[in-house]
Amino acid sequence: MFQLENVKYQDILDITQLHIPSRKITCIVGESGSGKTTLLRLLNKMNSYTEGEIYYNNNPISQIDSISLRREVVMLPQTPAIFSGTVEDNLLMGLKFSEKPLVDQKQLLNILEIVHLNKPLKENANKLSGGEKQRLALGRVILMNPTVFLLDEPSSALDEKTEKTIIQQLADYSKQNHKTLIMVTHSKNIAKTYADYIIEINNGKFIKPKGESNG
Amino acid sequence: MDKIISLQIWQLASAYIFIVLLLLIVKLRGIPREKEIIIASIRMTLQLVLTGYILMYLFENSNPVITVLVIVIMEVFAVYNIYKRVKLTLSLKLKKIIAIAMLTGTTSSLLFFIFVVIHISPWYDPRYFIPIAGMFIGNSMTGISLGVSRLVDGITDNRHLIESALMLGASPKNASREIVNNAFDSAILPTINSMVGMGIVFLPGMMTGQILSGISPITAIEYQIAIMLGILGSVALSVILFVQMGYKTFFNNEHQLNI
Repeated sequence: MFQLENVKYQDILDITQLHIPSRKITCIVGESGSGKTTLLRLLNKMNSYTEGEIYYNNNPISQIDSISLRREVVMLPQTPAIFSGTVEDNLLMGLKFSEKPLVDQKQLLNILEIVHLNKPLKENANKLSGGEKQRLALGRVILMNPTVFLLDEPSSALDEKTEKTIIQQLADYSKQNHKTLIMVTHSKNIAKTYADYIIEINNGKFIKPKGESNG
Repeated sequence: MDKIISLQIWQLASAYIFIVLLLLIVKLRGIPREKEIIIASIRMTLQLVLTGYILMYLFENSNPVITVLVIVIMEVFAVYNIYKRVKLTLSLKLKKIIAIAMLTGTTSSLLFFIFVVIHISPWYDPRYFIPIAGMFIGNSMTGISLGVSRLVDGITDNRHLIESALMLGASPKNASREIVNNAFDSAILPTINSMVGMGIVFLPGMMTGQILSGISPITAIEYQIAIMLGILGSVALSVILFVQMGYKTFFNNEHQLNI
């Protein structure tokens, strides 16, 4: 799905070669400040690499329109933004931004179930707790039905029990729907349990892949 | 029509009693503002006396080149004043856009006003052209200053929201739509508010001046209405041009937020 060749980003990231397979769960692990988030941002052109090339489905991403790429390769930041309005407004925001057709309330409720958010659609989104906001933002991304999910610590604001449930749901969802899931996580345990493929980054350098890559 | 009362020099001088009164108040209250009050009074007097003589010269020597030159000087001063007034670091690109928006917005509405609304002849008659241009340029300058502050602050303060929208596949236009709308709204609101109170809460300077100089209040009002609409048009046009072009300077060709 993604192929990185001699990619450098300032003095933060320096990756000679890296392959990220499609329709698999890939976890990126490494110490804080090692460049994990930067790697995600390079994959959907929120940042542009200073050297080398990244290929998406064998096409150099420097030649792909950034907006079209981001509608296929959607990123959820570690502290996702909650827009003013209701839970429903926030769920639909991704579809509106990416100019995709809106969905009915039944589908919205279904998404809330996937992310275990038991809140009415008309609830003011800004009144939710940190963990609830994170799940709402995750629901917003799932609703967009992208080809690739780039998730930056999607469970950082959740307690251990909810974290396990949500990641399990996410893993099941991406397997059933043949999605590519690339997730930065601080938890080696999550990586070991759910990842088909683990990338370890240290000081901006890609250390080693773990697991089989067949993408 | 009533006879115009021409002020004697001692009558004018007696009006400075208000400055003395203000100086007395700040002195008694212990507010350290005397220096600014004195400087402002002197500057106001000297600037107006100088402007009076310049306008007298211009009115007596009506010439299209000089009229255009005066407008250019006013525009340059207004643009420079916006750069100074906005207490933010502005990029060179944004500065260029401020100048373009000011120039295009005020000139187009001014030309429409001169040629269509009041239809003066000759078109460069400085008695009309210069004061009307002054009002259009001055109000647009205030509008753009507000718009610049709101746009720059809006984008800087909502960086996180804009980036999140971009990550969801939004175009820079959609990602910053609300901020651009807020900047435009804040910039035109003072002009709209001033229209609401006009004639009841206060009589505008131009109209007061015309009435005091012996013109019929009906004629003064006709001019005031036309001028007010022209000012609104000039402010709206300058500000919309600015915000529409201005937000783009915060994004690069890869549609990334560039701040």
